[in-house]
Amino acid sequence: MMADQEVRLMQGNTACAEGAIAAGARFFGGYPITPSTEIAEYLARRLPKVGGKFIQMEDEIASMAAIIGASVAGVKSMTATSGPGFSLMQENIGYAYMAEVPCVIVDVQRGGPSTGLPTKVSQSDTMQARWGTHGDYQAIALGPSSVRECFDLTVRAFNLSEKYRTPVVVLMDEVLAHMREKVTFPDPSEIRVINRMKPTVPPEWYEHFEINPHFVSPMASFGEGYRYNVTGLTHNPSGFPTSRPVAIKAKLDKLKNKITNNISDIVEVREELMEDANVAVFAYGIVARAARQAVRMARDKRMKVGLIQPLTIWPFPDVYMERILEQLDLVLVAELNQGQLVGEVNRVNQGRTRVRGLNRYDSELITPEQIFRKVREEK
Amino acid sequence: MERMPKVTHHYLRTKKEFPNVWCAGCGIGIVLGAIIRAIDKLKLSRDEVVMISGIGCSSRMPVYVDFNTLHTTHGRPLAFGTGVKLAKPSLKVIIITGDGDALAIGGNHFIHACRRNIDLTTILINNQTYGMTGGQFAPTTPFMKMGTTAPYGNRERAFDIAKLSIAAGAPFVARGTVYHVVQLEKLVEQALLKNGFSLLEVISHCHTLYGRLNKEGGPVEMMKWQKQHAIPISAAGKVPPEKLRGKFLTGVLWDIEFPEYCEEYDKVIAEAQGNA
Repeated sequence: MMADQEVRLMQGNTACAEGAIAAGARFFGGYPITPSTEIAEYLARRLPKVGGKFIQMEDEIASMAAIIGASVAGVKSMTATSGPGFSLMQENIGYAYMAEVPCVIVDVQRGGPSTGLPTKVSQSDTMQARWGTHGDYQAIALGPSSVRECFDLTVRAFNLSEKYRTPVVVLMDEVLAHMREKVTFPDPSEIRVINRMKPTVPPEWYEHFEINPHFVSPMASFGEGYRYNVTGLTHNPSGFPTSRPVAIKAKLDKLKNKITNNISDIVEVREELMEDANVAVFAYGIVARAARQAVRMARDKRMKVGLIQPLTIWPFPDVYMERILEQLDLVLVAELNQGQLVGEVNRVNQGRTRVRGLNRYDSELITPEQIFRKVREEK
Repeated sequence: MERMPKVTHHYLRTKKEFPNVWCAGCGIGIVLGAIIRAIDKLKLSRDEVVMISGIGCSSRMPVYVDFNTLHTTHGRPLAFGTGVKLAKPSLKVIIITGDGDALAIGGNHFIHACRRNIDLTTILINNQTYGMTGGQFAPTTPFMKMGTTAPYGNRERAFDIAKLSIAAGAPFVARGTVYHVVQLEKLVEQALLKNGFSLLEVISHCHTLYGRLNKEGGPVEMMKWQKQHAIPISAAGKVPPEKLRGKFLTGVLWDIEFPEYCEEYDKVIAEAQGNA
């Protein structure tokens, strides 16, 4: 149990689970998979203590279905998995996008493809978090880099999910999940918790997918007297399947606009020593820690190197990058895969400056020395 | 007959989505009527009823009824329903599924829902084929019957849904047909009253596809087949074994008591909070 301002030695998985509790999550449906299992184990014990519910489902498809069901019934819900399970969840993650059901999916990344490397670190699900399910949609994914951030960004994931009625992915990794750090948790009274907007209209006026200027519709729960239909079929504002082109476009625009109209609220980038930098290391998650150290090493050598650490991976921080790229001669994108975010940096860059990738996918972490050497070589 | 349409209309989203997608003569509407009359008889409020379905002809049912309705992904309604029911056990959750939905793509969820014993009333409409996609063979298509993907006859064995459910741990298993509509209404009522997972298989027909491919006639002929092949379980003991061959039993086939999961979880909460 957490006391105010308590200092604890804790692993990333546990901090993530505590973040969920702090955000108000009271339902977890999951299936055991390394390296995320401690989240399920911890919540199996912890959730009933706060009156919440834990259920171990028969697979990840069912886990995702169960948390959507719980959320529609009005309970904030989460699941946690790793690459192979994340693949299985994609079908119902797509349902959550389409049916606009708030929920949080934690993906503790391990090496892939397929069963890959169950106990080894990776960032190779970065693109899966963006484009994992079929169809057009806007994804939100957050990438913590410390145990404390596992807590904070899980809270934020719930808040964004509730605010925008959409699934949100927390992209962790094996090292972060199992790494134990000293953590000081915030006073519970200081944690900002956002809950989904509820309808203020009488049931006969209620439209579960109403199109309003914010593109986010108020959400009644099952059993509250608002009897509505939810479907994965493309639907009109009332939730009934439609094949009218105007209604189809309106629905897909709604899904897009509710995210793209709120980029400044959703996208969070942490920068360090960027004021005078002409070189930037771009890295998220566990790699950002090595990058931070590499930046210090470079500064010791009087090189003007800074760190760009996106805390929001998706939507990609296009606006920030467009501005910062103007001042840079070189961006080094360090990631634990064969090059996923480097493509996004190149897309925004449009040839403005030099973009180089530093990729490691042999199951080991990128070291500060590696990043420092690469910066020196390329500069 | 005068009372019935009135009762039905009270529970339909009459202004929304009619006409429906089902072919004229389809059995699914008969099941819907039986469900509504059972709900009306039990005086369940529309606000507390949740109807959840997967994908397929039968799974189009929830969109027409004025309950809390969730039309989910193919094969997954039981998994969605598990989340809804556990999160809010005060809701009355009815699962509408078909034979392909529940037993092929959703087979894993099906056996685990039977085993887990959450209070979900599951109505499985078995028309022995994939109707919505056009008459492909299903896990319930009998051996050597035709399907558009079994043009030389189906070489697989069909599931016995009742035996499968009982073996998987379902505490309540029943079977009815769309021909025996009075019995069907009673079976729905019993399934709704069961505290625990209940499985009601409803034998229906797809004359549009299965019936045509297998030369079994129209809805009238196919419902006659149901009439001729159904044997009430109460009468089964009196029928000589050779006369049971090729027939199927109807009624409540299995009814045992086992602790319901949501109630058990309340005990978990009490124990975790030190109130056990």
